[in-house]
Amino acid sequence: MFKIFLPNKIFNTNHKTINGLIILTLVIILIGIAYALFISPPDYIQGDSVRIMYVHVPASFLSLGFFGILGMISVLNLIFKIKILPYIGKSIAPIGFVFALVSILTGSLWGKPTWGVWWAWDARLTSMLVLLIFYLIYILIWKFVENFNTANTINCFVAIVGSFNIPVIKYSVDWWNTLHQTSSITLTSAPTIHYSMLAPLIIMILGFFLYSLVIFLMRYKTELIKLKLNKKNKKTN
Amino acid sequence: MLTRKVRSRIFLFFLSIVLLGLIIFFIFKSLEDNLVYFFSPTEINNKINISYHEKIRVGGLVKENSITKKETSINFIITDLKNEIFVTYSGPIPNLFSEGKGVIAEGKLKDKKFFVADKILAKHDENYMPPEVAKVLEKSE
Repeated sequence: MFKIFLPNKIFNTNHKTINGLIILTLVIILIGIAYALFISPPDYIQGDSVRIMYVHVPASFLSLGFFGILGMISVLNLIFKIKILPYIGKSIAPIGFVFALVSILTGSLWGKPTWGVWWAWDARLTSMLVLLIFYLIYILIWKFVENFNTANTINCFVAIVGSFNIPVIKYSVDWWNTLHQTSSITLTSAPTIHYSMLAPLIIMILGFFLYSLVIFLMRYKTELIKLKLNKKNKKTN
Repeated sequence: MLTRKVRSRIFLFFLSIVLLGLIIFFIFKSLEDNLVYFFSPTEINNKINISYHEKIRVGGLVKENSITKKETSINFIITDLKNEIFVTYSGPIPNLFSEGKGVIAEGKLKDKKFFVADKILAKHDENYMPPEVAKVLEKSE
């Protein structure tokens, strides 16, 4: 199962695959944006300001998911010591960080005309800020800790501790009285969002995900190239 | 003897302090009644050690036909369908503030049934639909 992440397989994902993915990503995002901005209806209460949702929700959703992946990678890393996992984590983290930032910024832009405030220290917003900080710490540790193994061990714990925040974020709107509304899309009940708005939302989530995949492959390839170079330099030294 | 190893350990030490500090900060910040962003009218009713001097928030739905606009202030009732609280407020009103919709009022309690707000936040629910669909729903009610 892990073979797909082996260096050789990734190097063999040549230009054509990545370029194909880039084109697919652009197409899906363009369709999503056209649908979101022009074709989909305004909301019965919020009017056109609801259209921020089509960026805010995919970014939030994916930033949450990616940190969960970081947590899982870290558990596997600590237990099985699979050498390639840290490089996968290194490649995913910046994407999740940017999405968390986008989530908070677009949320703020959305909050001012709807709620009346740019920010509120309610459980959902505060826990998202915590997520952003955890992402930042994860990235900074990789950047500034000299020893690779030390950085890896610390980051495994950072990711695992931070993963406890993920269900907090998800259920914050159910567990406590919050300003942020409850989920419109759940696993257990019908969506409370009309299909004419749900469809572009799903397309945008897919588009964001494909974009993440493209960026991930590029970063991962770069990490592997650096790894190979390091090994080569060590040998010649 | 600030070798690389020692230096990175010092960095790690400070980092873990900062990390721990952040975690504790956020836990305490949350625990200060901010974990619960607002109290519902029922919670206000039932709360024993409620403060009449501290700023708190009350949230719920704006009761239908309860908004009365005065010269400089606006009065309305917040309900959670079980209990109510009377609110008076003067200041700017957010766009989405309307009867039957969610609201959070920030201010001080005069007594358990009377709240003086200095800030109003509109709260919207998780329903999203086009205006045409909303009209159809309204007609069928």
